[in-house]
Amino acid sequence: MSAAAPAPLVTVHASRARSATGLLRGTGPAGIASAAVIAIATVVAIVGKLVAPYDPTSANLSLNFIGPSGGHFLGYDFEGRDVLSRLLAGAQSSMLGPLAVVIGALVLGSLLAVIAAWRRGAVDAVISSVVDVLFAFPGILLAVLAAAVFGAGLTAAATALAIAYMPYVARVLRGAALKERSQPYVAALEVQGASATAICLRHILPNIAPLIVAQATTMFGYAMVDLAAVSFLGLGVQPPAADWGVMISENQVGIPEGYPLPALAAGACVVAVVIAFNLLGERLFERAQGAR
Amino acid sequence: MNSTVSESEPLLQVEDLTVRLTVEGRRRPVLRDVALQVRAGEAVGLVGESGSGKSMTAKAIDRLLPRGAEVSGQIRFAGQDVRGLEGQALRSYRNKVAMIFQDPRAHVNPVRRIGDFMTEALRTNLNVAAADAGKRAVAMLDQVGIGHGERRLRQYPHELSGGMLQRVMIAAALLTEPQLLLADEPTTALDVTTQAEVMAILDDLRREYGLAVLFITHDLDLAAAICDRTAVMYAGQIVEVRESALMHDDPLHPYSAALAAARPDIDAAAGRLAAIGGRPLSAFEAPDAECAFAPRCPHAAPACREALPPLVELDGGLSRCVRAAELRGRGAGLRGATPSDPRLAAGPTSGGQTGE
Amino acid sequence: MSDNVLEVDGLRKEFGDLVAVDDVSFTVPQAGSLAIVGESGSGKTTIARMIVGLERPTKGTITACGQDRSTPSRSAAARKRRGREIQIVFQDPYTSLDPRQTAQATIDEVLKLHHGWPADRRRERIAELTGLVGLDERQARALPRALSGGQRQRVAIARALAAEPRVLILDESVAALDVSIQAQVLNLLADIRDSTGVSYVLISHDLAVVRQLTNDVIVLHRGVVVERGTTASVLDDPQHAYTKRLRASVPRPGWKPRRGALLAAGDTAGEEPPP
Repeated sequence: MSAAAPAPLVTVHASRARSATGLLRGTGPAGIASAAVIAIATVVAIVGKLVAPYDPTSANLSLNFIGPSGGHFLGYDFEGRDVLSRLLAGAQSSMLGPLAVVIGALVLGSLLAVIAAWRRGAVDAVISSVVDVLFAFPGILLAVLAAAVFGAGLTAAATALAIAYMPYVARVLRGAALKERSQPYVAALEVQGASATAICLRHILPNIAPLIVAQATTMFGYAMVDLAAVSFLGLGVQPPAADWGVMISENQVGIPEGYPLPALAAGACVVAVVIAFNLLGERLFERAQGAR
Repeated sequence: MNSTVSESEPLLQVEDLTVRLTVEGRRRPVLRDVALQVRAGEAVGLVGESGSGKSMTAKAIDRLLPRGAEVSGQIRFAGQDVRGLEGQALRSYRNKVAMIFQDPRAHVNPVRRIGDFMTEALRTNLNVAAADAGKRAVAMLDQVGIGHGERRLRQYPHELSGGMLQRVMIAAALLTEPQLLLADEPTTALDVTTQAEVMAILDDLRREYGLAVLFITHDLDLAAAICDRTAVMYAGQIVEVRESALMHDDPLHPYSAALAAARPDIDAAAGRLAAIGGRPLSAFEAPDAECAFAPRCPHAAPACREALPPLVELDGGLSRCVRAAELRGRGAGLRGATPSDPRLAAGPTSGGQTGE
Repeated sequence: MSDNVLEVDGLRKEFGDLVAVDDVSFTVPQAGSLAIVGESGSGKTTIARMIVGLERPTKGTITACGQDRSTPSRSAAARKRRGREIQIVFQDPYTSLDPRQTAQATIDEVLKLHHGWPADRRRERIAELTGLVGLDERQARALPRALSGGQRQRVAIARALAAEPRVLILDESVAALDVSIQAQVLNLLADIRDSTGVSYVLISHDLAVVRQLTNDVIVLHRGVVVERGTTASVLDDPQHAYTKRLRASVPRPGWKPRRGALLAAGDTAGEEPPP
């Protein structure tokens, strides 16, 4: 990725990795490396705008598409803005958007899954049918629809994607929740007189949590790609805001003209982070399955 | 079929068998110096609780240990070394040594018919024609008390009850005319009435085919029902080998005595069961240089903690208790507890004796 | 008159066409102990589940401590109250505890559910209960995965007792334990009955355990009670053919199995399989 990270960021990431190895137990070197990449991206998302060497928004058309030179490690983009600064600043919306999608899908999906698993019977049938219907809608389609109805922007796109991703969460979690629900310890709690809410929140959810975390991690990657695509289409984050998807879109004209770096750099950021999330998510999923 | 009952060399000879497995990154012993003999046509019981190593012993004999298991010692079958067998020789060994397991459903492919499963070994290893194999299968099903064999062969495992499926497993195991049958808790998961029937079938068939059997169970009385001799395992070691008929009333090791005494009696409620304190040790928890049972033993003496007791001959059996001969000299043998021993709770009647 | 903590009358359960339990009635007196003996398919576990409200009877009544509980209750308050009357300990020690809760937390949750006690009073009671079931400090603070099967069953028993029930249903609670551990837990159960006066309903197929722990017994075969009486008389002198067969099938010193004489009922070995 934009591995030309300034020295301070590297030290921060190393110490975070050490303290997090407990969480990453069993994920292997791939898992740890992925977690490191994710950590860097998160840090950049938080402080990117502050550490950017140049103003990400100050355009100077006379400098457009000049390659790496002077203090500009990645050169200038199509409007003469420093590419590295825009990457650092763009990390925020690029990471925040998928985060919102994942949180939305998780909350909605877990709720429906646990209710369906607990009540079973008719309730389960209805919820499962609704979820099945939603499966039919690809995320981007819903995002485009949302943009058409509510206007372009990150909020509409993220909400639409959250709804589109919810069925995947619900399906996996419903299976796991059903399995927990049929365990004798849940029956023991029912016989004790514990309320359904208490059992679901305090016992079933925590026991399927590892699966939830694994799913969330993989989903982040997909959401990032989808949101970048939506922004690329002009329906998500709007230019001139810095955002990796927007950057790919804006700078794509440079590719046939022999100035691929700005678009590719942004693309590489997306790819690196998405791969990291997918890899880590896979490892976490395997670990969660192995532990059952 | 093999019909000799006693030969100079035992059919199965296990000596100094030590197995180490990697558990959570550390190498740990699961079997320590196991020594066992089964003669042709003889039934030997292998009794133990969790962690005793009884299943592991059977797996070692049948070459089913997990990859990465470190094995040392000798396993000889009909004079041949088992540990070095490969390829065709190993397959041929598996025709002569059959194994049946506790949960038949876990060892059967649910999408294949009973007939396929039963005749597989015959067709692939022994090159028997399919039609002929089918006939033999039907005949064997009849032997285990399952009628309408032709139709049964076309059924799938899920259509049969647990007891029926276990009988099918026995029939399948016997089709290759093995000389030794390893039975790993074959009746533990069955209802008690079904268990009785399956045990009777095993007993009958073994006599008819002159089959040697190694019968693994946690139930001393069950082993005694069909086994001539019983071996008791604790913490990965053999601690006693004894004629089954003598095991209950005249055991040679305090652990066997305690095991027999701990079981409630169907004929009378004991005031208090003679429970042993603590819990059964696994091989990797057991100390190397003293008797593994000493911490829980009502007869433990300083000598028991000085060195790992060897397995020695005693009255026709084997015992790993250094005090066995001495304790047997006393009135009640090893079954009688020293009255002052707090670990055996209530008084002399706490032995849970059956009315004899 | 009714000194009985549990009365079951005409209980019936159908699962579609299958009649799992048919016209079963029994009573359990104060401080008494009843065994429900049967093999798989006898309906014994279904009966246990109906008594604790995990299954709805098709017909019949269940009365505990004078209160009717023939159908599972919707109201949380009612379910809590019923939890203080009858509790259950399941067979499998490996799935009857929440793998993420320590023994102390498990018991604490139940105490919080039934009593409005402050934290220190609860801590005291947890210590009493863990002591009662023979768990030491280290074991009480451990997660289930660090405990053996016998220790986990002790936790399950402590959890059940935390609700101070009048009746404790033991659904094959010692069947999955090693012989030596089983003996310890049986002694423990006898001690608990002596000190707390709780009544037991023991569901089991193991006649020796039944003899050790119970005064009365009913024998179930395919959902129907085929014999009942005191444990001693039913086991010493069984009247019904099935009871006799059951008793003859139990391994004990000198026991020899014989074929055919013990053909298990319901075993379709000789029957025609479907074409």
